[in-house]
Amino acid sequence: MIPLSNYLVLGAILFSIGVMGIFLNRKNVITILMAIELILLAVNINFVAFSQHLNSLAGQVFVFFILTVAAAEAAVGLAILVLFFRNRRSIDVDDINSLNG
Amino acid sequence: MTVVEAIFYLLATVLVASAFMVITARNPVHSVLFLVLSFFNGAGLFILAGAEFLGFTLILVYVGAVMVLFLFVLMMLDINLQRMREGILTYLPVGAVISFILVIEMAAALSAGGGGPVVGGDSALGGPEAGNTTLLGRVLYDQYLLPFEVASLVLLVALVAAIALTLRHRPDTKKQVPGQQVRVRRDERVRLVDMPSETPQKTGGGEEGSA
Repeated sequence: MIPLSNYLVLGAILFSIGVMGIFLNRKNVITILMAIELILLAVNINFVAFSQHLNSLAGQVFVFFILTVAAAEAAVGLAILVLFFRNRRSIDVDDINSLNG
Repeated sequence: MTVVEAIFYLLATVLVASAFMVITARNPVHSVLFLVLSFFNGAGLFILAGAEFLGFTLILVYVGAVMVLFLFVLMMLDINLQRMREGILTYLPVGAVISFILVIEMAAALSAGGGGPVVGGDSALGGPEAGNTTLLGRVLYDQYLLPFEVASLVLLVALVAAIALTLRHRPDTKKQVPGQQVRVRRDERVRLVDMPSETPQKTGGGEEGSA
């Protein structure tokens, strides 16, 4: 059986990679969405590891709901992205400035 | 090192490497494909930790639906790749510093807290008598029934929102209205005219031309 700390370290590394991805790809909204998916995967790994460690199914149920919400988030986010591209012909983050007054 | 540990380290290494490739790949399509690879490895880790149902759900829902959606959107949009890559070197130090700080913080948090006592636990993660899927289903439809229904509502709202956002009515396109097509009657389409019958001509056109 794998010890809990291995899963937690893996989750921490994956989370940091996701955060770094958001900072690196400041131009591309799609890559930012993918970095968010990586962060959610890191959180899910933590939940599953704790579920195994505590011998409880609550963590897996949480992962189930996170998957649901992440799917909804990806669908709505990509719909907004398509709408934005249709209006501005670009998905650059710097072009999303219509609301800055 | 046992076989399970070897599998864990293999999956974890490939997962971290592909996750790193996701955020550094030059082409967004390659990013999506590396994300698919990392989800496969994550699913392997889930299965290794005893959550088979979630592992298969991750593959089916994420790789099968969400990543394909990403690919569809990526292929539909005409993205200027050169402009996308402009700022990556300027933001690299900031991103590296912040993720380094995150790793340090998490390592501190991990090393500070000792292994506490195992609290609670329904001592049911699957065994020879009932698998992980059976137990998860029992918990999900019994103890977490209301959150489960709320989750379905979230999916419904997201479905309606995604369609409502991207649906557009272009005035210059012709389209069918099935209701009117079904409702149409015979006298709206067919008109009978009364005209005398004609007999076919005996001589063909070729002979007339030579004469």
